[in-house]
Amino acid sequence: MVPADLRFTKEHEWVRVEGDEAVVGITEFAAHQLGDVVFVELPAVGRTLAQHATFGVVESVKAVSDLFAPVSGDVVAANDALGGQPELVNSDPYGEGWMLRVKLADAAQVDGLLDAAAYEQLTAEA
Amino acid sequence: MTDSPAPAPQPTPLLDRHEALGAKIVDFAGWLMPIQYAGILEEHRATRSAAGLFDLSHMGELVVEGPEAGAALAAALVTDPPSLALGRAHYSMICGEDGGLLDDLIVYRLGPDRFMVVANASNARTVSDALVHRLDGFKAVLDDRSLATGLVAVQGPRSMAILRPLADIDPAAIHYYGIAEGSVAGVPAMVARTGYTGEDGFEVFVDVARVHEVWDALYAAGQPHGLVAVGLGARDTLRLEAGMPLYGNELDRATNPYEASLGRVVKLGKPGPFVGREALEQVARDGTARRLVGLVLRDRGIARHGYPVLVDGVAAGTVTSGTMSPTLGKAIAMAYVPTPQAEIGTMVAVEIRGASVPAEVVPLPFYKRPS
Repeated sequence: MVPADLRFTKEHEWVRVEGDEAVVGITEFAAHQLGDVVFVELPAVGRTLAQHATFGVVESVKAVSDLFAPVSGDVVAANDALGGQPELVNSDPYGEGWMLRVKLADAAQVDGLLDAAAYEQLTAEA
Repeated sequence: MTDSPAPAPQPTPLLDRHEALGAKIVDFAGWLMPIQYAGILEEHRATRSAAGLFDLSHMGELVVEGPEAGAALAAALVTDPPSLALGRAHYSMICGEDGGLLDDLIVYRLGPDRFMVVANASNARTVSDALVHRLDGFKAVLDDRSLATGLVAVQGPRSMAILRPLADIDPAAIHYYGIAEGSVAGVPAMVARTGYTGEDGFEVFVDVARVHEVWDALYAAGQPHGLVAVGLGARDTLRLEAGMPLYGNELDRATNPYEASLGRVVKLGKPGPFVGREALEQVARDGTARRLVGLVLRDRGIARHGYPVLVDGVAAGTVTSGTMSPTLGKAIAMAYVPTPQAEIGTMVAVEIRGASVPAEVVPLPFYKRPS
């Protein structure tokens, strides 16, 4: 089950809107597909993300995967804990494994993302 | 233009066992093989701390037999198989006339006139064809036993305790890089003390029709010891920590043994000609422009296969394998660097997504088991 209050991308990022900010991470499905995450590279606070552009990299033991910005906006926080504990992405992808907090440039972008039901359907077909 | 369709991959004879254990299955070198079960890190750590069970039925087993089998292999490979005592094995390589590597191998002496050459799955056909060609004129024949042979490895500090009660021979009496005939779980087997993990362990060669009996018995016997099934993913991280090359990454047709820092394996002192001798003698005389080394990254990032190695900011080498070492907690890699940079302690850099990450040349292996 994916959390009902989140929005999702086809590339398996999630977004949780909190006021005029969005918290961003990758889904449990993505974390499971990647396997054990051993390295996460995130943008610096203050960087401006463009929706759909790559914002970082997540690496498992075997694979390197790009992270795609689900929304546009300035990075207001990055999860520094992932530097020392990248495995949080596997163990708690929707909680302690969060990646970025972004100041939303255009809140309407969120409405264009998948809701939980649509995302579950996407992963069921995968 | 038409593409000939790729042949359907060969399922490992243990495919149903892997599926029952929840493995992710991939097409590897034309075989359907398990890449991982619970997870690469867990499988890796279990092999280092307890034991791992590996299905290696995809490997190529080529039996060379006849009164001139040893002489034929000495002429075909870079090593000197006739110097092997009965029941012993050595690491070897097969090269082209130009000294380039066709494959790396283990050669086991099974009898006075009987040897087994174990080749990588991806090269088994190439090696088999080359050996058949090179055996011509010798009183020796090759029997490709690859599809008839199942191979299961148990590796790790508990492997002896797991195998011993199941075998009718004493595994402790088998030397490192030795092989003995006996039975395991009642199945006639050849038990070799070889592996690709850096741990003590055994490889059990059996008739493919009975390999599931051996797998099941080892799996069950291993449970109280903490044994887990290990896929190709952790096999790769284990061998990388142990500093062992992988054909296709560190080794290929355009690479000679001296570049791969494996010159010690080439027996130029053995009598008689062998394929590649002239080219390899010249390389041994002249030296090589590049060398395979171990690297540890000194800043954040993971070096991966194909990433450039930078010397003074200029691309001068290539990473062949790299990962975050589960045992050491450091990003480790093997890479080709210009020979002047191959000295231990030299600082180079790896280009990772446009950034230059410092890396130090370190001795191989990265990991050595506590003795």
